[in-house]
Amino acid sequence: MTPLLLTLLAPLVGGVALALLRPLALAGWLNLAVSALTLGGAVWLAWSVAVTGVIEEMSFRVDAFNVYLVVLTAFVGLTTSIFSRPYMRYVCSTGKLGTGSMRVYHSMYQAFMLTMLVALTTDNLGVLWVAIEGATLATVLLVSLYRTPEAVEAAWKYFILCGVGIALALFGTVLTYFAAQHVVADPGAGLTWSALYERADELNPTVMRIAFVFLLVGYGTKVGLVPMHQWLPDAHSEGPTPMSAVLSGLLLNVALYAVVRLKMLVDGSLAGTATPHLAGAMLMGFGLVSFTVAGLFLHRQRDIKRMFSYSSIEHMGLMTFAFGLGGPLATFGALLHMLVHSLTKSAIFVTVGHATHIAGTQAIDGIRGLIRTQPAVGWSLLLGVVAIAGFPPFGVFTSEFLLLTATMQSQPWFTFALVSGLAIAFAGLFRHLHPMVYGPAPEGQLPVQANMLPVLLHLGLVLWLGLSIPDFLAVWLDRATQLITGTHLL
Amino acid sequence: MTLALLPLLQQFVLLLAALVMFLSFVLLAQARLISAIHSFAWQGALVAAVTLTVAVAGETHHLYFSAILTLALKALLIPWMLHRLTRRLGLERHTEDLHWPTLAIMAAVVLVIFSYWLVTPMVAQGLAFTRNIIAVSLAVVLIGLLMMVVRQQAVAQVLGFMSMENGLFLAAVSATAGMPLVVELGVAFDVLVAMVLFGVFFFQIRESIDSLDVDRLNRLTETADPVGANPFATTDEVSQ
Repeated sequence: MTPLLLTLLAPLVGGVALALLRPLALAGWLNLAVSALTLGGAVWLAWSVAVTGVIEEMSFRVDAFNVYLVVLTAFVGLTTSIFSRPYMRYVCSTGKLGTGSMRVYHSMYQAFMLTMLVALTTDNLGVLWVAIEGATLATVLLVSLYRTPEAVEAAWKYFILCGVGIALALFGTVLTYFAAQHVVADPGAGLTWSALYERADELNPTVMRIAFVFLLVGYGTKVGLVPMHQWLPDAHSEGPTPMSAVLSGLLLNVALYAVVRLKMLVDGSLAGTATPHLAGAMLMGFGLVSFTVAGLFLHRQRDIKRMFSYSSIEHMGLMTFAFGLGGPLATFGALLHMLVHSLTKSAIFVTVGHATHIAGTQAIDGIRGLIRTQPAVGWSLLLGVVAIAGFPPFGVFTSEFLLLTATMQSQPWFTFALVSGLAIAFAGLFRHLHPMVYGPAPEGQLPVQANMLPVLLHLGLVLWLGLSIPDFLAVWLDRATQLITGTHLL
Repeated sequence: MTLALLPLLQQFVLLLAALVMFLSFVLLAQARLISAIHSFAWQGALVAAVTLTVAVAGETHHLYFSAILTLALKALLIPWMLHRLTRRLGLERHTEDLHWPTLAIMAAVVLVIFSYWLVTPMVAQGLAFTRNIIAVSLAVVLIGLLMMVVRQQAVAQVLGFMSMENGLFLAAVSATAGMPLVVELGVAFDVLVAMVLFGVFFFQIRESIDSLDVDRLNRLTETADPVGANPFATTDEVSQ
């Protein structure tokens, strides 16, 4: 048994078992156990990669860049499953979901984890596409799980928009394969990322340029880049809350990971041409537009989950911009930001799940006085938003500071856009947050049973990353930075 | 570029590809649902024929397999599933009023020209045959996209989606002599699962809005009241 095999087999077997398992009480625990096993495999995998450098196994390839995302994915998968067990049982007990829907939920939860992990670890661009499309298919039934007209509409929008986007990404993949045919002798290896990366300078730049446009628009749809973001707030707000946590914390990261891998190929191919930074410039453009537009949209939200999904778009835009900027400092900052954003955002969604449970509504106007009713939930929401808005001493501050520094170094004029964007987003979040946590609680509002362990764990980690990044993690991220940009930061 | 200089088999591939694109136009303008499904089946059969021709021409054996796969999936299984779904939904006689059919066709023509324009830079590389094929398949993909935009009926949108996939298959087969087998199988699996899920959604949509006219799915907007004012709104996970 190799660590990679364990990491991938656990969700596969777990997903099948959960589809067959009838007793509901057991399903939540099994889901948790499978997620724990996956995390065990991921940590073991990370250890092996730290020792050996790169693991190559049956057209899978794990290096410093993807291994940290594998661990992050497995970790958020585990903490969300801890939250989801009592939460989904409660939802089930209200009669909104039948036992059949619960089985679909648990089985698809693991199927989603599997597709994420395959997308991260595969070395084959075609399999990467299949896995990311698979992630859409696994989650689309979960978005419509409650069967309300809104949920069905959100799921249909999600399905169609991501389906179209991902189809364009496949066209880009075909074009990449076409360019590879003149470079890589063995046609079977024409989609192998590592083989292509070695000889990226020989890939036809004209073809790769067109291919990247399709790949960016395609995978960018799943990242949630404006203007292809329309599905994201709907899917996040209408699906079950644990799903929003993993969609925001994981799926968006994986899609961005795919874009960055492909950018590495295109950069290699365009290095000798008149426009060597074309891919980076496109990422910067899309990133900045998403960042700004999402920040503005934050102000007019009236649904709490919609609001935080716009905050996700904003942060994904910032990361996309940073990866586009390139250079070791920006890339290091973007990698760190991926990590802290995932941790913070999934903690926020878990808290939001409890908050909507207390208030009995998702409308921001209806959620009032959380700190009075249940201090744990109120304070978690407050701290989570403080963290995501980029206040010290949380880790988001560190990464955003690094990104601003990097921008100041290479493209000083963009710093204004970034700083004002951050300020706009901050204002948008806090004008809604303030009455929700403070203010008088409506009469008869009672505390609920809430397991705050995942939130504490996530926010604690984010705080730790803000105070001091542990050495092993810094080395880890530095190795990934070197892989992407070719130069060390530390 | 003169077509007559190309080997006969390549000319044949181009002819078939042109027919695939023609069927995209037919799909776009076909108001009757059942006829549209039939046109889609023919399109799938033509893509399979292209695959077979390339397999014969290049003596690439794994393409025989993908030709059979394409035929089974795109020309038989998916059209059959759609046929069955339309019958179960009672839509056999459904015809859709197309808004501005002429405009849609003109837009499709523009998309074809755009596709050729986009791949023009490749002409310098002397990839004349491939350039044609890539332009045609890109046009098929984009027309599928256009179809999803102009059609309001859910089944017709799915037809647009599936014809996009046909365009992608066409590009993969004729420009690159087929993707690696594992990728092809994975894509076919995804398409099949997507079709099953579409079937589930047809019933969910009809249950929720009593029609398959997805234009009526318009509850979720930026300005709409989330909960409270709207009696059908999601009370989230909490029913009190």
